Amino acid sequence: MRHIISVLMENEPGALSRVVGLFSQRNYNIESLTVAPTEDETLSRLTVTTLGDDRVIEQITKQLNKLIDIVKVVDLTEGEHIERELMMIKMKANNGQVRAEIKRTADIFRGHIIDITPNTFTVQLVGSSDKLDAFITALGTANIMEVVRSGVSGIARGEKVLSL
Amino acid sequence: MVVRALRDEGVKYIYGYPGGALLHVYDAIFQQEEVEHILVRHEQAATHMADAYARATGKAGVALVTSGPGATNAVTGIATAYMDSIPMVVITGQVMSYLIGEDAFQETDMVGISRPIVKHNFSVQSAEEIPETIKKAFHIAQTGRPGPVVVDIPKDCTTPTERYEYEYPKNVKMRSYNPITRGHTGQIKKAVDLLLSAKRPVLYTGGGVVLGDASAELIELAQMLNVPVTNTLMGLGGYPGTDRQFVGMLGMHGSYEANMVMHHSDLIIAVGARFDDRVTNGVDKFCPTAKIVHIDVDPASISKTIRADVPIVGPAKSVLGEMIQLVKASKKALDAEAIKSWWEQIEEWRGRHGGRFRTDDSELMKPQQVIEMLSKVTNGDAYVCSDVGQHQMFAAQYYKFNKPNRWINSGGLGTMGFGFPAAMGVKLNFPDADVACVTGEGSIQMNIQELSTCSQYDMPVKIICLNNQSLGMVRQWQDMNYESRHSQSYMKSLPDFVKLVESYGHVGMRVDKYSDLEAAMTEAFAMKDRLVFMDIAVDPFEHVYPMQVPRGSMRDMWLSKTERT
Repeated sequence: MRHIISVLMENEPGALSRVVGLFSQRNYNIESLTVAPTEDETLSRLTVTTLGDDRVIEQITKQLNKLIDIVKVVDLTEGEHIERELMMIKMKANNGQVRAEIKRTADIFRGHIIDITPNTFTVQLVGSSDKLDAFITALGTANIMEVVRSGVSGIARGEKVLSL
Repeated sequence: MVVRALRDEGVKYIYGYPGGALLHVYDAIFQQEEVEHILVRHEQAATHMADAYARATGKAGVALVTSGPGATNAVTGIATAYMDSIPMVVITGQVMSYLIGEDAFQETDMVGISRPIVKHNFSVQSAEEIPETIKKAFHIAQTGRPGPVVVDIPKDCTTPTERYEYEYPKNVKMRSYNPITRGHTGQIKKAVDLLLSAKRPVLYTGGGVVLGDASAELIELAQMLNVPVTNTLMGLGGYPGTDRQFVGMLGMHGSYEANMVMHHSDLIIAVGARFDDRVTNGVDKFCPTAKIVHIDVDPASISKTIRADVPIVGPAKSVLGEMIQLVKASKKALDAEAIKSWWEQIEEWRGRHGGRFRTDDSELMKPQQVIEMLSKVTNGDAYVCSDVGQHQMFAAQYYKFNKPNRWINSGGLGTMGFGFPAAMGVKLNFPDADVACVTGEGSIQMNIQELSTCSQYDMPVKIICLNNQSLGMVRQWQDMNYESRHSQSYMKSLPDFVKLVESYGHVGMRVDKYSDLEAAMTEAFAMKDRLVFMDIAVDPFEHVYPMQVPRGSMRDMWLSKTERT
């Protein structure tokens, strides 16, 4: 099963490599990974999506907790949560029909066209990973020139917070 | 600052090898007398000496190695300590900070290289950080589940002409590191309830009892309830080897009775042991009737390979202590009838095999006989530092360890070449104790250069070399699984060890007959101030038994070349 694990860690050199190293060393899978400092500049927030059965996920959270630089770990998928990913997608758009099609689909998915040339459209889309996948499926891969995705970020619903 | 910090941490000996990146530090070592430096002949030996000091005392040992090859030579020693959870601080020199990343002379990314084999590592960024970083390194290495910590220090952070405020912190607090100090009371109660209602309980204990100084608590709990105890390879000495309740080591080369007890038990109380693959054999067939209580200071060790029914995260000493109090306070008691018949069954198993081996199928001495003699000559009181291979298993099976911290071997990583430097590390710190290195002619040659260090610092260890002229454990597997095709397991051109050690100024002895063994060994241990190398010819065809059948259950074992359970 897919899990979204959120990690609060010291914003120190080498901390990220410890997390990434742990995953490869112990043969865990990384589907996506995002990391950036928080409002407290000494802390970074890292979100990793991974696949595994309950036993593997239990080991992943325990092993992450063992890393000295890591302050807190939570498996967001255990509770109600919101996940978002940002995608920018550049597509061939060299005739009126294709341009209209892309514009219409982007509107349906609440995306924005953020850059235009006579031959291309670049669309920005925010949502769950499934929604981004669906957008690509809807438009087909034939016109896609480039896709860049941020990886998943997540936050718990309600009043639960991951902080010190 | 580095040397002052080590002094203020109470470090007496450091083991190391100088080099360019450490010249400032070595100059500081020269100018003081409180911290004594032992110059090894290869950095691997420095790490093993520091490691063995930690295994014998529970306190972190310190190794000091230079950048580049010095640091990479230390990698095997760091990994050895990591796999056995041994507290150690390894200080590695680094090139000038402005050269880092430029492929400078003797530069390696030691923080990167050591990352998967350390509990933590630090890259010092400025000289002011040194005292606090070293304090943190010791704190992390010695608390919780112990482990090695690497501190990488660029040369320009040790420049003696630059002066800084120095203060060695008394304590460190890290918001991201708070090792657990006691177990959950509710869980401990559950464990005691299970224990008192068990009919066939067993205590399965590992290195966590030895490292966690919980031997006294283990003995009290076991003897209070008359429960059998088995130790892992790392746990030997945690429970007295000559006690009636001790059923021996368990696992791949465990005793027949220990593996039978495990398989047929209805409750396993695992303390500071991690259900390693060399213990469990096939995990799907592991102890089908047993409930499992797992006590470990590291939550990640619990339910990693075998699911625990009652997990308890906490140090062995405090958890066992609380269990003892609860048992004393409880109105419930173990079912005396059930325990009586459990012991009858165990005694029957013990009688059936009991560690016997044949002596009539070879003219040559048996390795087991040598270890039994060592146990006799040293009264089971010596520090036995083992290398890796058949001799290691024979030592584990036939030396009767009555005290913890006396059995010093590379269990997790299985590092050949560990035993001799380990023995040196122990002897240096316990000059009055008998310290034996049990080795083979294969392992000893992996760090034999340290004979020179022993001359320089006068470390009179006793080397017991079981010479079977082959890599015995490899050969045994080839006999059992590869139709005796002995691919590269035979050693030709062995040196004359007697002459070799004599050339370093030590004493060499060659023993070919069992009838000469006792006198020779007694003589060797009587030479208190000399290193003695006993080159002992043993039967090259001997195998280590029992041996579990691969992927079987605990009770599936070969008992000799012809008998199987």
